[in-house]
Amino acid sequence: MAAHLKKRVYEEFTKVVQQQEEVTTKKLRLTKPSKSAALHIDLCKATSPADALQYLLQFARKPVEAESVEGVVRILLEHYYKENDPSVRLKIASLLGLLSKTAGFSPDCIMDDAINILQNEKSHQVLAQLLDTLLAIGTKLSENQAIQMRIVDVACKHLTDTSHGVRNKCLQLLGNLGSLEKSVTKDAEGVAVRDVQKIIGDYFSDQDPRVRTAAIKAMLQLHERGLKLHQTIYNQACKLLSDDYEQVRSAAVQLIWVVSQLYPESIVPIPSSNEEIRLVDDAFGKICHMVSDGSWVVRVQAAKLLGSMEQVSSHFLEQTLDKKLMSDLRRKRTAHERAKELYSSGEFSSGRKWGDDAPKEEVDTGAVNLIQSGACGAFVHGLEDEMYEVRIAAVEALCMLAQSSSSFAEKCLDFLVDMFNDEIEEVRLQSIHTMRKISNNITLREDQLDTILGVLEDSSRDIREALHELLCCANVSTKEGIHLALVELLKNLAKYPTDRDSIWKCLKFLGSRHPTLVLPLVPELLSTHPFFDTAEPDMDDPAYIAVLVLIFNAAKSCPTMPALFSDHTFRHYAYLRDSLSHLVPALRLSGRKLASSAVSPNIMPQEDPSHQFLQQSLERVYSLQHLDPQGTQELLEFTIRDLQRLGELQSELAGVADFSAAYLRCQLLLIKALQEKLWNVAAPLYLKQSDLASAAAKQIMEETYKMEFMYSGVENKQVVIIHHMRLQAKALQLIVTARTTRGIQKFHQDMSRVDLLFGMCEKFLQEVDFFQRCFIADLPHLQDSFVDKLLDLMPRLITSKPAEVVKILQTMLRQSTFLHLPLPEQIHKASATIIEPAGESDNPLRFTSGLVVALDVDATLEHVQDPQSTVKVQVLYPDGQAQMIHPKPADFRNPGPGRHRLITQVYLSHTAWTEPCQVEVRLLLAYNSNSRIPKSPWMEGGEISTQAETGIEGTIPFSKSVKVYIMPKPTRR
Amino acid sequence: MPEIRVTPLGAGQDVGRSCILVSIGGKNVMLDCGMHMGFNDDRRFPDFSYITRNGRLTDFLDCVIISHFHLDHCGALPYFSEMVGYDGPIYMTHPTQAICPILLEDYRKIAVDKKGEANFFTSQMIKDCMKKVVAVRLHQTVQVDEELQIKAYYAGHVLGAAMFQIKVGSESVVYTGDYNMTPDRHLGAAWIDKCRPNLLITESTYATTIRDSKRCRERDFLKKVHETVERGGKVLIPVFALGRAQELCILLETFWERMNLKAPIYFSTGLTEKANHYYKLFITWTNQKIRKTFVQRNMFEFKHIKAFDRAFADNPGPMVVFATPGMLHAGQSLQIFRKWAGNEKNMVIMPGYCVQGTVGHKILSGQRKLEMEGRQVLEIRMQVEYMSFSAHADAKGIMQLVGQAEPESVLLVHGEAKKMEFLKQKIEQEFRVNCYMPANGETVTLPTSPSIPVGISLGLLKREMAQGLLPDAKKPRLLHGTLIMKDSNFRLVSSEQALKELGLAEHQLRFTCRVHLHDSRKEQETAMRVYSHLKSLLKDHCVQHLPDGSVTVESILIQAAAHSEDPGTKVLLVSWTYQDEELGSYLTSLLKKGLPPAPSGGS
Repeated sequence: MAAHLKKRVYEEFTKVVQQQEEVTTKKLRLTKPSKSAALHIDLCKATSPADALQYLLQFARKPVEAESVEGVVRILLEHYYKENDPSVRLKIASLLGLLSKTAGFSPDCIMDDAINILQNEKSHQVLAQLLDTLLAIGTKLSENQAIQMRIVDVACKHLTDTSHGVRNKCLQLLGNLGSLEKSVTKDAEGVAVRDVQKIIGDYFSDQDPRVRTAAIKAMLQLHERGLKLHQTIYNQACKLLSDDYEQVRSAAVQLIWVVSQLYPESIVPIPSSNEEIRLVDDAFGKICHMVSDGSWVVRVQAAKLLGSMEQVSSHFLEQTLDKKLMSDLRRKRTAHERAKELYSSGEFSSGRKWGDDAPKEEVDTGAVNLIQSGACGAFVHGLEDEMYEVRIAAVEALCMLAQSSSSFAEKCLDFLVDMFNDEIEEVRLQSIHTMRKISNNITLREDQLDTILGVLEDSSRDIREALHELLCCANVSTKEGIHLALVELLKNLAKYPTDRDSIWKCLKFLGSRHPTLVLPLVPELLSTHPFFDTAEPDMDDPAYIAVLVLIFNAAKSCPTMPALFSDHTFRHYAYLRDSLSHLVPALRLSGRKLASSAVSPNIMPQEDPSHQFLQQSLERVYSLQHLDPQGTQELLEFTIRDLQRLGELQSELAGVADFSAAYLRCQLLLIKALQEKLWNVAAPLYLKQSDLASAAAKQIMEETYKMEFMYSGVENKQVVIIHHMRLQAKALQLIVTARTTRGIQKFHQDMSRVDLLFGMCEKFLQEVDFFQRCFIADLPHLQDSFVDKLLDLMPRLITSKPAEVVKILQTMLRQSTFLHLPLPEQIHKASATIIEPAGESDNPLRFTSGLVVALDVDATLEHVQDPQSTVKVQVLYPDGQAQMIHPKPADFRNPGPGRHRLITQVYLSHTAWTEPCQVEVRLLLAYNSNSRIPKSPWMEGGEISTQAETGIEGTIPFSKSVKVYIMPKPTRR
Repeated sequence: MPEIRVTPLGAGQDVGRSCILVSIGGKNVMLDCGMHMGFNDDRRFPDFSYITRNGRLTDFLDCVIISHFHLDHCGALPYFSEMVGYDGPIYMTHPTQAICPILLEDYRKIAVDKKGEANFFTSQMIKDCMKKVVAVRLHQTVQVDEELQIKAYYAGHVLGAAMFQIKVGSESVVYTGDYNMTPDRHLGAAWIDKCRPNLLITESTYATTIRDSKRCRERDFLKKVHETVERGGKVLIPVFALGRAQELCILLETFWERMNLKAPIYFSTGLTEKANHYYKLFITWTNQKIRKTFVQRNMFEFKHIKAFDRAFADNPGPMVVFATPGMLHAGQSLQIFRKWAGNEKNMVIMPGYCVQGTVGHKILSGQRKLEMEGRQVLEIRMQVEYMSFSAHADAKGIMQLVGQAEPESVLLVHGEAKKMEFLKQKIEQEFRVNCYMPANGETVTLPTSPSIPVGISLGLLKREMAQGLLPDAKKPRLLHGTLIMKDSNFRLVSSEQALKELGLAEHQLRFTCRVHLHDSRKEQETAMRVYSHLKSLLKDHCVQHLPDGSVTVESILIQAAAHSEDPGTKVLLVSWTYQDEELGSYLTSLLKKGLPPAPSGGS
C-alpha cells in the first residue's frame, strides 16, 4: 500500500523528462502521392452521407503537404458538386478553408470555384462556412487587391441574407478584408465606391444581436488594421450602449473607447442643453456609466478601459471618486473626508459618538442628479462590485490613471486603502501592488498609514510581503508615522518570524528614505539615556537588528546621527556591517578606528573606470592573438582572474564579467587541450592519456550551455559565438574519440568501433550543416574562424573517410583564430538562493517510510526568464538517487522586474533508514537547446500539430545546495 | 379599456405592514402580507376586509406572493390564511419558506406568552399556513394558472429575498420587495433583466440618501473591534437574529482568520443557530466569494464563532459577543451590557437604528448614567459606538434598478411620504415615466395598451416580404390580408385562404367611371392619344394598347366610345377592381384633367 502511495505521489509531482524521438519529416513525404487518390477512392466508396462524413473526418486528422494540396482540393470540389447532403458539403467547405491555409500553397486557384459554389448554395450553414473559407483565402492573399475586392463584393451581396450566421461571416469578411484606402476602390470600370465603414455601420441596427455584435467587431477589426474610423460612428456606438444584449454593449464600449482615443479633442454637444464638451470626456462619462451595468461582463470591460483613458480632464477624473453623499436630502461628508478633517484638526480619534457623521447642510433638491451624472462615483461603484473580476479591473484602472496624474493618485489613496480589506485575497494583493506602483506620487497621512499597517497582521505571506514592498517605497510625512511603522513591523516580526528578511529589507529602505524623521527617534529607539548607561541589547535579537538596520540606513545620509550612538552600537555596527553587508551601508564614522574603516573611505568606486578596465582587459586578450601559446595561456589566466575579482567587487558588472570570463575559460581549455604533447605522438592514445582533452571538451560543452541559458539578455550574435565554441568542443571530442578508438581497435579488431566512428563523423557533419542553416545570416561575421574554414572544405569532408575527416579537423582546430565575443548591452547571470530550508536544523524531519513528507522550499530567483517552465527542484538522496520536481506555475511569484520568488512544497519519500541522514536540495535550470533556433518552415502546417516538443536537453544547477536532515522511520505493524 | 390597478393595504407612504393588491389582466394578486411593528391593536395587520366584503378571499385572489421573511412582509400570513380564510397558493422562495415559520413562531411566542394576547394565531395555524406555500426558484417562470405567471429575481437584502415579476399576457408588474444594490459580505447585489414591465413597484426606504462606500464602514468596524480586543477589552454587539448578524459574523470570522487572532467570539444561541443552519444550506443564495469557496469550506461553518453560554460573560480576557435583541431593551444583550458597562476597556457597538426609549437609544444619544429597574443607577464607562449596516438600496441604487428594468411607470411604497416625494420627482425627471406614491387604501389605476398577438401564415409573410425591402423597425408597412378571429386567437391569412376556410365564394368589386372628353376624332384615335398620354406620364406602370382598341394600365381597363348624343365628345370608360382603387382613382383624376393638345392634325 505504502509503495503504491509513494508511486502515486511520484507520479503526480515528478514528471519524467524524456528525450523524444526526433520526428522524421521524410517519412511523411512517402505517403504523399497516394493522398489525393486515396481520398478520391474513399469518397467514391462512400454509400451514404454519414459514410462520406466519416471519411472526411478521418482525412482531416492527417496533415497534407503543400504539393498535394491542389490535387486534394480538386477532388474535394468535384465531390462537392455531386453531394446533396448539406452536412457533407459543410465539412468539405471547412476542409477547403483549412487546406487553403497550408503554407506554401497559393489558394488563388480555389477562389473561382469557391465563389462559384457560393452562388448556387442554398443551405445557410454551408454558405456561412464557404464565406469562412473565403476569409481564409483572403487573409492568405492579403497583397492581392483584386481578389480582396472580389471577396468584399461577394460579402456585400450576401449581407442581405436572412440567416444571422451568413450575415455574421459577411461582416467578418468586410472587417478583415475591406479595403483601407478609398482611392483604390475606384476601378477602371467605375464600380461604385464601397465605403466599408458605411456598410458595416448600417448593420449596427440589425435585428439580430449577434449580427450587431459582429458589425461592431468588424468595425474594431478595421481600426486594428489601420483604417481611421469616422467620428460619426461615435453617436451610433453611444446608442448601442443601451442595447438589450450584453455582447453588443460590451463591444460598443470598446468601440467608444477606440473613437475616444482617435478624436479626443473634438467637441460634442451635451444633449438637452447647449453646452459642449470634449469627446474624450463625454466617452469617459459614458464608459463610467457602464461600470454600473447589469451584466458583469460589460462592467469588467468598462472598468478595464477606463484605465487607459489618460487624456480625460482631471475634473472628470476626480468625479469618479465622488459619490456626492446625502442623507435625508442633506449633504453628508464621506468617511474619508471626515478622517482627513479629523487628522488636519489635530485630533486623531475617529468619532466616538453617534452622529458625528450627521449630515450638515441642506441639499438643493433640484440640483441633485441621481443618474445622468456621468463619471460620478464610477470607481466607488466598481470597487464595491459583487464580482471580484470587476473589482480587480477597477483597481487596475485606478492604478493606471493614478500613475499619469498625481492629484488623482492622492485622491484615490483612501479607496485603495479600503480595498486592503477586501474579502478576496487576489484583490487585496492587487491593490497593495497598485499602491506600491503609485507610491512615488503620494505621501501617506498618519491615519492612512495606520490602516495600511493593520494589514501587516494578515496571515497570508504574500500579502505581508507585498506590504513590505509597499513600505519600501512609501513616503511618510511625520516621525510618528515612522515610529508607528516600526512598531507594527516589529509586531509582525514577533508574530511571523519567517518574515525576518523581508522586514529587514523594508526597514533598510524606510531608513534611507526618511533620515530626518528617524533622527529624533534615535535615542528612544536605542533606549539610550543621557546620564545612565543602559544594558546592552542582545545582538541576536531579530527585532534589535531590525531597529539597527533602520537607524544605520538613516545615518548614512545624516552625519549627525552617529553622535547619538552609544559604544556598543558602534560595535554592533561593525558586526552587522560584516554579517549583513547587504542591509547595512558603510558609514563615515569620524575619529573611530573600526574594523570596517579600511573599506569605508572609498567604498564607492566610480563606475566608469571599472567598466573601462573590463573593456581594456578584454581587448588585450582579443588583440594578442598571435602570441606564443605559453604567453596566451598566461594572459588568459590572468584576465580570467581579474574578471572574476571584478565581478565580485562590482555587482552591476558581475554579469558581463562572468560571461566574458566563462568564454575566456572555454578558450583557455581549448588551447590547453590542443597544446597537449600527445597529439604529436603518432601512435593511438590510451584512454588515460586522452583524459585531459576529453575532460576539457566536456567542460567546454558545459560552459557553453551555461553561457547560453544562464544569462538573460544574451543576443543572437552571442549565441552564434557560443554555438561556434560548442562546435569546436564537439570537434575536439570527435578527434579524441577517433584517436582512442583507433588504439582500442588494434587489440579488438572490432568492426563495430569503426561503425561508431563513422556514425560520429556523420553526426558531426550534420551538426555543422545545422549550424550553417541556423546562423546563415551571421556567417559573414565569422571570417577566418573554425566554421568558416570547415564550410569551405565541406564538400571534401562529406566524401572522405572518417580518419581523414579527423585529420582535417585537427589541423583546422589548431589554425582557427580566436573569435571576438561582442558584449551585450544588458546581461545578468541567473542565480538563486534557497532561503528555506536553511539547512541548519539538527532535528531530523521524521516520517514513516513509504509515506511522504512535505518540505517547504522558499527561494528567490534573479534574472531567470520564464521560470515557470525552466526552474526545477532537485532532491539528491544519500543513496545517489536523484529526484526532479517541477513546481507548479502558481508557486512562482513576481515581486519585481527580473526577480522571482519560488514558494513551493517538495514531497520527499524513501524507504526506511537506520539513522537520520541528509538529503540535498538544489535548484536546477532546465534548458532546451532547440528553443533558440527558429522554427523550420516545414514543421508548421497541417491542422494537427505533428511536431512533438523536443525534449529538454539538460539542466544546470544554479543554486547552492541545501542539506536537509531527514529520517524515514520503518512502519510499525 | 384594459388597466392595472394597485392598492396598497399597507406600506403605502409608510414602512411596515407591507401588503399591496394588484389587479392585472383580470387577475388579482396580493404582494406580501406583513405586520406593523408600531401597533398592537387591529392596525398591526392589513385590513383584509377591503378585498372582499362578503365572500371568500380564495375566490377573489389568484395568488399571494411573499418577497422575503422579514415580519413586516410576512407577519400577517397565518392570520390571513387561517383566521380570515384563504386557501389559494402562496408563493415564496425556498429560503423564505424555510426561515419564515421560525420567525412567525418567535413572533407568536412573544405576543402570546410574553404579552398574553388572546385570539392570536396558534402554532398549528402557522404549520397549516406553510402547507399552502409553493416554493419557487430564482428565474423560474411559474405558471399560476393558464394566464398568470410569476418569476423571481435575486434581491440581496436578506437570504432568500426576491423580486417578483407578475405577468398576464403582455402586461407585467415587477414588485421588488426590499432589495439591496450593493453586495455585502454574505449576499450579492439585486439584479433584474431588461424586462420592461408596465409598472415597477419599488421600495423607497432610503429615497433621500446616497450612502458612502461600504468598505469604510467595514474597516472602521473591524478596526474598533480589533483595537478593543488587543487592549484586552470585551466587545458587545447587540443584533437581531437574522440578516445583519450573519453579515457581521462573516466579517469578523474572515478577519479573525486573516489576522490570526485568538480571542473567542460568541454568538448567543436560540433562534440564530437554527437560522445559521439555513444559511449553510442555501449557499447558492449567497455572494460570489461564499459560493465559490464553499467546496473547500462553508463560510457559515464558523471556526472562531462559538455558542454563547451565560457563564462566559464573567470570563476574564478579551472576547466578542453577539447577543439579541438589537436595541438593548431586554434579554441577553441587556444582561451582558449591565455586566460590562462599568469597564472602560470594553465596548458596545450598535450596528443598527434604535427606537426611542430603548437603552440602545439612550446610550447612543450620549447618556452616561442609566436608571435601571429597581432604582439602581448604572454608570456607563464602556465605549459606545454606532455603526450603520443597512441592506436597503439607497437613492442611487433605486435609480439604478429602475434603469435596469426600464419600466413604463413606477410606483413607490415602503417609505416616508416626504422622502418619496423627492424620489418621485427625480424619477419623473430623469426617466420621463409616470411615478405614483399612493397612500394606504388609495387605488392607482394605470391604463395599458396591451399588444395582442396575431398569428400570420408563413406564405403570406413571405409573399409580402418579397414585394418590398427588408422590414424596417421605424417605418410601418402596409400588408393586405384577412384577419380571422376564431375562438380566442387571431390569425392573419391571405384573402384566398380565408375564403377557402370560411367556404365563401369570391366576389369581385369593380368600380367604373365615365370620363367625358372633348375630342372630335375617332374612337381609335382617342384611345391612341390616351395611350400615349398615359404612357408618357406613368413610367413605372405597364401601359398597353390592346388590339381591340382599349388601353390597359396594369389591370385597369380604359375604353373609348363615342357619345351617343354628342359626337364631339368621347366617353372614356375606366374600370378597375377594388384592389386597384388607388391607381384607379388616380387615373380618373388624371383623365378628368383632359388630354394635352394633339401634336399634329388640325382641329
